Amino acid sequence: MAEIMKVHGSVISTATQRVLACLNEKELEFEFIPVNMAVGEHKKDSFLAINPFGQVPAFEQGDLKLFESRAITQYIAHGYAEKGTTLIIPGRPMATLSVWMEVEAHQFDPVASKLNWELFFKPMFGIPTDNAAVEENEAKLTKVLDVYEARLAQSKYLGGDIFTLADLHHLPNISCAMKTQVKKLFDSRPHVSAWVADITSRPAWSKVVAMGK
Amino acid sequence: MALKLYGAPMSTCTSRVLTCLHEKDLDFELVLVDLFAGEHKQPPFLAKNPFGQIPALEDDDLTVFESRAITSYVAEKFKETGYDLTRHQNIKEAALVKVWTEVESQQFHPAIAPIIFQFFVAPLQGNSPDQTIIDANLEKLGKVLDIYEAKLTSTKYLAGDFYSLADLHHLPYAYYLMKTPAASVVNERPHVKAWWEDISTRPAFKKVAEGMNFGEK
Repeated sequence: MAEIMKVHGSVISTATQRVLACLNEKELEFEFIPVNMAVGEHKKDSFLAINPFGQVPAFEQGDLKLFESRAITQYIAHGYAEKGTTLIIPGRPMATLSVWMEVEAHQFDPVASKLNWELFFKPMFGIPTDNAAVEENEAKLTKVLDVYEARLAQSKYLGGDIFTLADLHHLPNISCAMKTQVKKLFDSRPHVSAWVADITSRPAWSKVVAMGK
Repeated sequence: MALKLYGAPMSTCTSRVLTCLHEKDLDFELVLVDLFAGEHKQPPFLAKNPFGQIPALEDDDLTVFESRAITSYVAEKFKETGYDLTRHQNIKEAALVKVWTEVESQQFHPAIAPIIFQFFVAPLQGNSPDQTIIDANLEKLGKVLDIYEAKLTSTKYLAGDFYSLADLHHLPYAYYLMKTPAASVVNERPHVKAWWEDISTRPAFKKVAEGMNFGEK
């Protein structure tokens, strides 16, 4: 499609960052429309018309309206497969890529998000941390990262030999977690640690980080 | 072509895949994994899914786990046979299927899963259903279904006027919910109720539903 892509979101939102990272990797032009969440702009009718769940990000291209960051990244990665970084692997290897995208969504993200909420966002908003929740979720993340360590000992990236959406989807929550005490869980696993250093140093991700400064 | 699905017929996630396989009219073998004996947590099965959860699919030398990755793989590989679950020939429709597949995964599932756990799994572990957890999650599920109610007034199914993988993914958990008092959350919303009656009576799902019980018939 030739029409300009518009992303509605917030530079500190992990889900928005997921989409921005993807657009940067694909070297695509887009318009970023900040949503003022502090004043509840994402719950107003004009935004709900694009995402009825009232969450960022939301995406528009012509009359196509999309939401859910992982649906948006997949639309971009498949629709612009020939441009920029190849974020998907066509054919049979796509199955393995799908597996690790689902792992991010169901095994990693719920736990990492809770930890980031307790250890990064709550202090930012002046809300007290729930230490029991931190302990419970650190134990869960430990088990998940043990599986990642074994996977990354056999494969350079989660989905296969190249960087794909399976790795990219982790960037916002890993980046945030590395600023908290949870960092130790990544650093203590050599293959996970090397993978984190690799994916977080990608220029496309650095551009996203710079937007938030 | 030898598809082997490792799982159990009463399992929601196994049922998600079984329904997809039936919609695509595919031959496959269901290999039973004995959950009560902890088979899913032991080395032979862990080699298929290191997270120790069913189902896992083997297609010759390829192993796929996470039910929604399996359905995605099956729907894509066999896109030219059986029912078109992904609208692959229309970029916009395919994108909308992805959106509502993510909605099931990120909005619907987190609210309904704890409810099903309390009603069906907690008793197997010797505990009574925790009404506080059920109530808290029913409130969340109600808000999600309010949005579904609004959407389903303008389209027959979630992604458009066509049944897709996005609708299919809801079947197993919703099926169990409808066996409990919490069914009211669906029954109170006329468009959601009509959508449920439509998708749950598709032949592919009816076949799978026969195996979906914990012996409590």
